[in-house]
Parts: sequence; C-alpha cells; structure tokens
Amino acid sequence: MRYESLIDAVGRTPLVGLPRLSPSPEVRVWAKLEDRNPTGSVKDRPALHMIEAAERDGLLTPGCTILEPTSGNTGISLAMAARLKGYKIVCVMPENTSEERRELLRMWGAEIISSPAAGGSNTAVRVAKELSEQHPDWVMLYQYGNPANPEAHYATTGPELLEDLPTITHFVAGLGTTGTLMGVGRYLREKVPGVQIVAAEPRYDDVVYGLRNLDEGFIPELYDADVLTTRYSVGSADAVRRTRELLQLEGIFAGVSTGAALHAALGVARKAVKAGERADIAFVIADGGWKYLSTGIYTAESTEAAVEALHGQLWA
Amino acid sequence: MAIEVRIPTILREYTGGAKAVEGNGKTIDELIVDLESRHAGIRNRLVEENGELRRFVNVYLNDEDVRFIDGIASALDDGDSVTILPAVAGGA
Repeated sequence: MRYESLIDAVGRTPLVGLPRLSPSPEVRVWAKLEDRNPTGSVKDRPALHMIEAAERDGLLTPGCTILEPTSGNTGISLAMAARLKGYKIVCVMPENTSEERRELLRMWGAEIISSPAAGGSNTAVRVAKELSEQHPDWVMLYQYGNPANPEAHYATTGPELLEDLPTITHFVAGLGTTGTLMGVGRYLREKVPGVQIVAAEPRYDDVVYGLRNLDEGFIPELYDADVLTTRYSVGSADAVRRTRELLQLEGIFAGVSTGAALHAALGVARKAVKAGERADIAFVIADGGWKYLSTGIYTAESTEAAVEALHGQLWA
Repeated sequence: MAIEVRIPTILREYTGGAKAVEGNGKTIDELIVDLESRHAGIRNRLVEENGELRRFVNVYLNDEDVRFIDGIASALDDGDSVTILPAVAGGA
C-alpha cells in the first residue's frame, strides 16, 4: 500500500484471528492490530481527526500550541502530527507513567508537565483544565469531550471491522475517553442488528481512586451508556495474565490495557459457548508492548511476579 | 448469605480503614442497607435520596457494572463479590 505521507497511513489495520485463544470454531476471537498505526497505538485515529477538525473550525492555526491531558498514547499521536504540521504541544501526564512514554513524547518534541500520581488521569485532566484557563491562547483538543474522537472511529475503525468481519457479533475495547467504544459502537449498532458492545474498564491501583470527595469524580462528556451492552472492571492481575497469554499463545506483543480488553473478550466468548451460540468477537489491540518493556512483565517468572513488577505504575 | 464488598479509599472512613467487608442481602440495595447497619453514614455516600446510585459511584457485581444488570435492584447470590469505586478519568 502506498500513501502520500505518514499521516495518510493512519488506519486500515489488520484484523487477525486468535486460533489458540478462541474457544471453538463457532466462537472466535479476532484482534484489531491498532499498534500498526504510525506511532504505534489506536490513538493516531482520534488525534488526527481532532487536529483536522480544529483546523477546519479555524481553532488551530500555524504556530499554535496544543495542550492535552494524556497518560501517553494520545499525547504521542498528537505530538507526531504536531511536528509534521508545525504546532507546539504541551502534554499533562501523570508522574507514574513509564520512562518510555516520556522519551517518546520528548522525541516528538512535546513539552511534558507532570501531574501528581494521586488521582491518576483524573488529576491530569484537572491540571490541564487549570492550565487552559491560564493560557487561553493554547488549544486544548480535550479528547474526553471532543466529538471528533468518536467520529474518527465511526468513520474508520467501525467500517474497517465490518468489512473484514461481516459476521461480527461482539465488539470489545478498553474504556478511557470512551471514544473507541462510542464511535465503533454507534456505527455497528446501525449496521448489525443485535451486535453487543462491551467495555473493559481498567481497575487501577488505590492511588488513582484517592479523591478528596466524590464530587471530584469524572465521567467523560463523550460517554453515552446507551451505546454499551455492558461494562466490566478488569484488575491488574487479569490484565497482566492475558497480556502474557496473548504473547505466549498467539505471538501478539501488546500493552497491558489490551490484556484487560482480551480478558473481557474471553469472558464474552465463554458466555457464548455456554449458551450454545455462535460468536465473532472483535477486540482492540490498543498498543504494542514496547512502552512497557522496562517493567519486565513479559519475561517475569510468573504472572504474580509480573503483577508485582507493574505495581505502582499507571498501565492504562 | 455472605457477600464480599470491596471499599474504595474514599469510603474507608466508614469501615475503620478496612479495604473489604462482608455484607448480606438479596439485592445491591439490601446489601447497602445491611452495610449501613454496621457502617453508619456509608449509604448516604452511595445512594441518592431517590434511591438510585449516585452519579460518580460505580458498583460492580462480579466485575460487571450493575447499571448494565438491574442497577441497585441487581440480585445477589452467596459468594458474589461486589466492588465499589468512584468514577474517575481513565488513561488515554
């Protein structure tokens, strides 16, 4: 395939079957390899869409500074596009994220402002909103509330999935901004009667939930519960175990949040087998494992040792 | 019927610092009423006056969000596990 530039090469990712992890020939699990995007994650899609929408609306003009709260991937995608398009970028990122993420952001020319580990991405969002008020000339694309985020998936990820898997019965993805699930979910619900849309929500360490009061809670503006069929909370131990199984059984080297999505996908698959129903379950490989290599989770002796190695680090 | 209930940091002031407590009930609603009998004040933090779960409170029954089951009326079985968490921004 030939493209005019790297930015044009976003999307059109492979969908691959998981013959060893799928429970039966009637109940199959399929992985959408979003790590094959230019910066190595699914976030290239919404990042590019949000930038191009802001350009169309006249919000982003040459020389502008982009501001974004991110735990890594969206910031990395925005920073790549910003470099190619001539914008400056400031990312607010929780301090307990891997060194790989920091180095990647710096490599693309982003300035990083660290937010406290307490509160995780919740705090990063709050700090970014404060910075936005102090710097009204900065453009916060704000992935948690920007309609261009789900639109990217409605326009690209959803149609690609249906084209490659017309028999799709379930779509499973991680829940962060909710953009992937909202966009793909809306598209598939319009085209596939009865399709189930399943969210895998990472269950973080205690430190992330340490709000001062419940009023500091946060639900992304993009979230519409009606798009989902159900929503599972997946803890670190299950996420890490599935990430390692995906590597060992299917040869797919993915990040930890993908393990959470796989865990939910296999739960859905088990239910289908029990009910005696056929199923084609597609889930999203959100990124590759490169940014988590320094944790040692892929080569740890046991799942328990791998979970211990990850402890304290924000993995989604 | 014993149900294990995992308590988030922000609500441990009601459980004497315990990360998990046991409770009883045939539904989430009954379970929360039962918790209130030993951990006074906790119910008001979880449930609105109209009886629905508060906006920023998520309750998971065996890891599934109860809002996608039967909400606060979701039925419980012996040995089930319930996790309470505040809604927070996820990574992205």
